[in-house]
Amino acid sequence: MTALLRAEGLVRRFGGLAAVGGVSLALERGCLHAVIGPNGAGKSTLVNLLSGELPPSAGRIEVAGQDAAGWAAWRFARAGVGRSFQRTNVLRAMSVFENVRLAAQVGCTPVRRLLRAAAREAEPRRRAEAAMARAGLEGLAARGADILSHGQLRQLEIAMVLATDPSVLLLDEPLAGMGPEEAERIAALLRALAVDHAVLLIEHDMDVVFAVADRLTVMVDGLVLDEGTPAHIRSSARVRDAYLGHAA
Amino acid sequence: MIVAGRGGHLALAALALAIAALPWFGSSYHVGFVATALVAALFALSLQVLVGAVGMVSLGHAALFGVGAYVVWFLTPTGGPAPSIVLTLPTAALAGGLVALAIGGLALRTKGFFFLMTTLAFGQMVFFLFHDTPLGGGADGVFITRPALGVFDWVWEVPRRQRPSVLLWIDLGVLVAAYAGLAWLMRTLFGRALLGIRANEHRMAALGLPTLRYKLSAFVLGGALAGVAGHQWAMTEAFVSPELLGWHRSALALLAIVLGGVGALHGPILGALAFAVLGEVAGLVTERQHLVEGAVILFVVLVLPRGLAGLRLWRPLAHAPAPAPAPTPVPIADPAPAAVVDPA
Amino acid sequence: MTGAGLLVQVLNGLQYGLLLFLISSGLTLIFGVLGVINLAHGSLFMVGAYVTFLVAKAGAGLWLSLPLALVGGTALGVVLERVLFRRFYHREHLDQVLLTFALILLFEEGRSFIAGNDFHSVPVPASLDWSVPVAAGFSYSAYRLAVLAACLVVAALMFWTIERTRAGSAIRAAAEKPEMVDLLGMDARRIHMLVFGAGTALAMLGGALAAPLYSVYPGMGDGFLIISFVVVVVGGLGSVAGAFWAALLVGLVDTLSKVLLPVGAGAAVYVLMAVVLLWRPTGLFGGARA
Repeated sequence: MTALLRAEGLVRRFGGLAAVGGVSLALERGCLHAVIGPNGAGKSTLVNLLSGELPPSAGRIEVAGQDAAGWAAWRFARAGVGRSFQRTNVLRAMSVFENVRLAAQVGCTPVRRLLRAAAREAEPRRRAEAAMARAGLEGLAARGADILSHGQLRQLEIAMVLATDPSVLLLDEPLAGMGPEEAERIAALLRALAVDHAVLLIEHDMDVVFAVADRLTVMVDGLVLDEGTPAHIRSSARVRDAYLGHAA
Repeated sequence: MIVAGRGGHLALAALALAIAALPWFGSSYHVGFVATALVAALFALSLQVLVGAVGMVSLGHAALFGVGAYVVWFLTPTGGPAPSIVLTLPTAALAGGLVALAIGGLALRTKGFFFLMTTLAFGQMVFFLFHDTPLGGGADGVFITRPALGVFDWVWEVPRRQRPSVLLWIDLGVLVAAYAGLAWLMRTLFGRALLGIRANEHRMAALGLPTLRYKLSAFVLGGALAGVAGHQWAMTEAFVSPELLGWHRSALALLAIVLGGVGALHGPILGALAFAVLGEVAGLVTERQHLVEGAVILFVVLVLPRGLAGLRLWRPLAHAPAPAPAPTPVPIADPAPAAVVDPA
Repeated sequence: MTGAGLLVQVLNGLQYGLLLFLISSGLTLIFGVLGVINLAHGSLFMVGAYVTFLVAKAGAGLWLSLPLALVGGTALGVVLERVLFRRFYHREHLDQVLLTFALILLFEEGRSFIAGNDFHSVPVPASLDWSVPVAAGFSYSAYRLAVLAACLVVAALMFWTIERTRAGSAIRAAAEKPEMVDLLGMDARRIHMLVFGAGTALAMLGGALAAPLYSVYPGMGDGFLIISFVVVVVGGLGSVAGAFWAALLVGLVDTLSKVLLPVGAGAAVYVLMAVVLLWRPTGLFGGARA
């Protein structure tokens, strides 16, 4: 199966430090690929590289078969790579609905329709409503994004990514700070999403990770320590010593 | 930035009608004064396209304004008949837009405070181009012939006594048309995308929006509109000088925006009119005009954080959906400038 | 243009640049540490110039006007900070523009009230009213050399303070990470008052020194203000070293272009700034953030 997003030998240096020191992976539709590792392992930097936020110091990225060298972040998103942020990054001055509608609009508006009245465009509204429903934000449409609870903000993050209808989902700690019920809900959502998307998940909650992931990559100090199915990782001595032994 | 709702627009329409009726109530001095204020309002509105809609604060906008004004001089053959407004107005808009394209193409590589300074730099370059060369009369400026109202042989010759009133109505008409156009634009998908950029440019880019193109488009639109305002200035005052291009004039437009409220599309109109009236009233009351102006501005900035448009009394009139609690601050510099004080 | 003539112009450029440094060092600190855009900084320069003018009219010399400008400037800066600017650290920058513009108007009125609206030349102090032979056939004003020297002394003092004193390291820390100030137990309010007071005093000192060279007139602060912002940007926000080198560069470019270029000399510094910004978007010594 062709990978929707492929990375080979990705390196990213900051000054003398290699935050990511040579990582390769391939994301395929129908597969939920989790990346775990201690703080500072380079997971967020990896997501930044895969979404085009940061250019790699070395290595190659392919999106849907195309070489993504020199692409700005928006081109990654246009090519189907959606990403949520670890630190909530929404449009605070606007309502929840407008946040998601704008995301949907960006994903489905050809230039020739740009001068249509926003209120009358059905497609962005429809996508926004669907995304909000999937993320569990019904009833919050009119609320200002700057007065949401932390959990609701995380849901909004997810809704915005979904609204762009991406084929690849890069989710950076979507469950951070959520209560157990919300977390379970989102975990179920992740499983559902993995069916027809390629999902990369960064998470610290090991229960959730082992419950939803199809593949796991363990990173330490910018390098891949081990990779494989959850069962393989759970029994890997290397991983146990380096990471799981120290508790997530 | 919000666009006023039905109630707000009713109020604005009433204001426009009151202004249009001025020739029957005021002296020709008052009419001329208000006409000038309307042109200043149009200029401030053109800057609002950058500041309020997208969050780009420019200190070089007057360069576009001045270019539009000087276009009228360029199009007037020496000693020949006045050019038609049908020619001058679109040309002024085009000139403003093209110069904005050139400046914006370069300046938009910077952000925030540095964008402010880059636009200042380019604005000053245009200023010195007209100030230090014999172009357009050099530093002293030049009187110009007003564009003719008509085309080819069908020209409406305005009797001298009616000229101030006609100019007032034309300036008002252009301002109303510009406002209506912008109000419509902000409700389109394009306009919403601009507002999204102002709210969080980084996120909009991450969602897939090519933000640079949108910002440049807005910059060019604002430039074209500033060119139109400059054209109206030339038409109303019949005199152009390099002072129209300088940073001081850009700063005054910013002032009008903040005074009137950056959070509303009509804010700069209120701000420009209020500032003009303030100056006049202050001049009547005392010779220490700047003292009164300074004191009033101080009062407004301390007491009315959202400018005149944010005053409570507008609320009952606006039926627009309640805006989120506070408009996103338009930062000129990052909140925590990572600056290094290193003397070595 | 002969070599000696060029030397004179270079000296002029350096002297102008050093005066700019006095103004822009305060400006860059106020912006770097406090995050405040202060358009009224040019007015402070004007106030200092008028101090020298009025003191000279009263018959006294620089020995009075300089300390007056320094002390008065510090006091004025502290008052402005406590009464007004303190409320604006968290306000939008546009509001700061509006506030400081109002201050400009008020300062102009104050100047008009106290000293009228006329252009006045200010005599060079008698003790320095002679010329130093500098090269074949050319001599240079001793006063200008004295201003050059004085500014260099001030610059040296500033560097020493910032590098070697506790107050200086506190300012450096505050400029680099304003959020850390409270966490480290430093008194943020003291630092703010110190920075504002020092910045104001420096601007006024610059004005006091400049008065005999440029005369005093309404709106004289304008030109210096905008060029000072250019210096701050070219040098990098919050960097005093940056302000120093940028000020010298800007001073030289401005002075030499007016002499060497037939047309467009006024735009030279802006071209310089645009080039620097497009090459290094945060200035020559600016931190690495776009």
